[in-house]
Amino acid sequence: MRDKVGLTLMFVMPILLALLITSIQISAFELVNNNKIKVLLLNKDKGSLSIDMLNKLEEVGRFELIEMKTLDPKTVGDDMNDRDAFVALIIPEGFSDKMTQKAQGAAGKALVEFGIESQVKNLAVLQMDSLTLYFHPVIQESFRRSVEGALKSVLQVMESKTMLDALYVSINGEKMPASFEQDMMANQTGVREQTTSHNGVRSIPNAAQHNVPAWTIFAMFFMVISLGGNIVKEKLSGSFVRLKILPTNFMLGLLSKQLIYLMVAMAQVFVIFSMGVYLFPHIGLPALNIPDDFWGMVAVSFICGWCAVSYALCIGVFAKTQEQANGFGAISVVILATVGGILVPSFAMPKSFQLIMNMSPLHWCLESYYGFFLEGGKLNQIMANVAPLLISIVVMQLIAFIGLKKKNLI
Amino acid sequence: MDNVALRISHLTFRYPGQSYDCIHDLSLEIQAGERFGLFGPNGAGKTTLMSFMVGLLEANTDAVFVSGKDMSIHKKEVSASIGYVPQDFAFYPELSPVENLEFFGAWSGLKSKVIKQRTEELLSILGLSDVANKQVFKFSGGMKRRINLAIGVIHEPEILFLDEPTVGVDVQTRHAIISYLKALNDKGTTLVYTSHHLKEAEDLCDRVALIDKGEIVAYDHLSKLLTQHEEGDLEQLFLKLTGNAYRD
Repeated sequence: MRDKVGLTLMFVMPILLALLITSIQISAFELVNNNKIKVLLLNKDKGSLSIDMLNKLEEVGRFELIEMKTLDPKTVGDDMNDRDAFVALIIPEGFSDKMTQKAQGAAGKALVEFGIESQVKNLAVLQMDSLTLYFHPVIQESFRRSVEGALKSVLQVMESKTMLDALYVSINGEKMPASFEQDMMANQTGVREQTTSHNGVRSIPNAAQHNVPAWTIFAMFFMVISLGGNIVKEKLSGSFVRLKILPTNFMLGLLSKQLIYLMVAMAQVFVIFSMGVYLFPHIGLPALNIPDDFWGMVAVSFICGWCAVSYALCIGVFAKTQEQANGFGAISVVILATVGGILVPSFAMPKSFQLIMNMSPLHWCLESYYGFFLEGGKLNQIMANVAPLLISIVVMQLIAFIGLKKKNLI
Repeated sequence: MDNVALRISHLTFRYPGQSYDCIHDLSLEIQAGERFGLFGPNGAGKTTLMSFMVGLLEANTDAVFVSGKDMSIHKKEVSASIGYVPQDFAFYPELSPVENLEFFGAWSGLKSKVIKQRTEELLSILGLSDVANKQVFKFSGGMKRRINLAIGVIHEPEILFLDEPTVGVDVQTRHAIISYLKALNDKGTTLVYTSHHLKEAEDLCDRVALIDKGEIVAYDHLSKLLTQHEEGDLEQLFLKLTGNAYRD
């Protein structure tokens, strides 16, 4: 604890991490949800349907269409780079005609099927030429799906409208009135988004609620480098041996050491959470909302901290050198954080990882915190997540005790 | 019997996985107030024997007695009366000498007032008062040796075990340490000392035990042993009894 630089880093690094990750996540969120996505457009169609479709695409509000005179597949990447666009769309020649013909064919077929008409011309349903969508290689799969989904949705509306027009003309012999068309197309069922919670209060979780607890856990477990390395140093230097022969119970000393590191962990929680509450709003990030069950959160922080200390103790007991403790300790925490859902959301993990995920104490720390920060729960409502943590602590303390006994250090 | 500080009786020990006894049927007595030297080549069993004496290894009942108490039964009581100065620098280099002495003094069960008084006394005797509050990792090897010694004696033990207390130090520091140990012994502290520095041992020790392959090969007053084996000094006696072959 005399290592002031090391001690400072134990606080500064996680704060930076929480700050950076929250900022990056918010930027990514804004990129996808708030900023308009630039789309390079080459419309080879001469009809009105493609224009209708593009109008509807603009109505979605997420796309900024940039019309191009040419778009060559070989140079489309350069065009995107020049115009800061991530997507390019080519509407094929004869798009409107083919869509109309397809609708007429489908409508005619439907009338025969319904028994309204006995024979209709152009029964064959045409196959449409595909629209071509180019994505910049940096674009992630989820973003592609989102753009693709929006485009398909607009296409679906266009096809439905054209089909309805064709049916109306076939039955009534005249064009569908605009008011009727509007009535038919406007009645789309809306989707109301709700976030579930334990306390019934439906606040929308922000990036700070996700990131600050997650990186605080990461910081607490990174203590393994300090505590684990410290224990190895004491083993190698002979301090442990000296302490063992002194009258004071060695276990008492070991508990005191754990208590000191537990206090550091609690201080980390206090500092990082305070930054989330007070600093974040001043730098344009969403503020961290402290849960209603404050003391429940404190209790869970204490348990998470003790779990981190127990893990560090285990590493320190079994590592033979400081390099082993530092190397294995740091990498294992990153692995446990990854499988535990801190680096990658747990729901996004493959099924084969779900079992491994449950083995990571960081996962249960995260789930416990999310119980408070995202679901507005109370301590008694998240005990299913806290119980594995308590079991982990007991198991790791036992393993450390057995290790110390085997090495004749206690 | 009352004057016996340490008695080992028919001690035998083998490390798990080894095919031979590291200590074999070894018995010896160290009288209270004497300066006893324990010598032997590498791997002879000195460190293992000292580990039993200080309680780092647990002996069977009736095998190791310190101050008349069976170490296997009264380990905690006995530990208050012994001091140990290991060969390694067994302290916290990021702390100052004062902080190290305060920490180990508290672990020895001393009250803070006594710790303060003993700390000042020891730092003064061992010439460390000027650097009392500086971090130990910046110190020379000799200064670290003196702190290592100070920690071992802060609780004024009746028996002090020293494992190569002067290794790697200059002549001045060696002289200071040996002088201090003699002064301690004059006040009644029993010294149990092991070293490969046999000239120093001749100067310090009254009685010696030479160990080889887990057994005692010579055990008496140094002068008597030299006369008995017709050797001029401890080094010649050592080589005569343990041979010239490498013991790595």
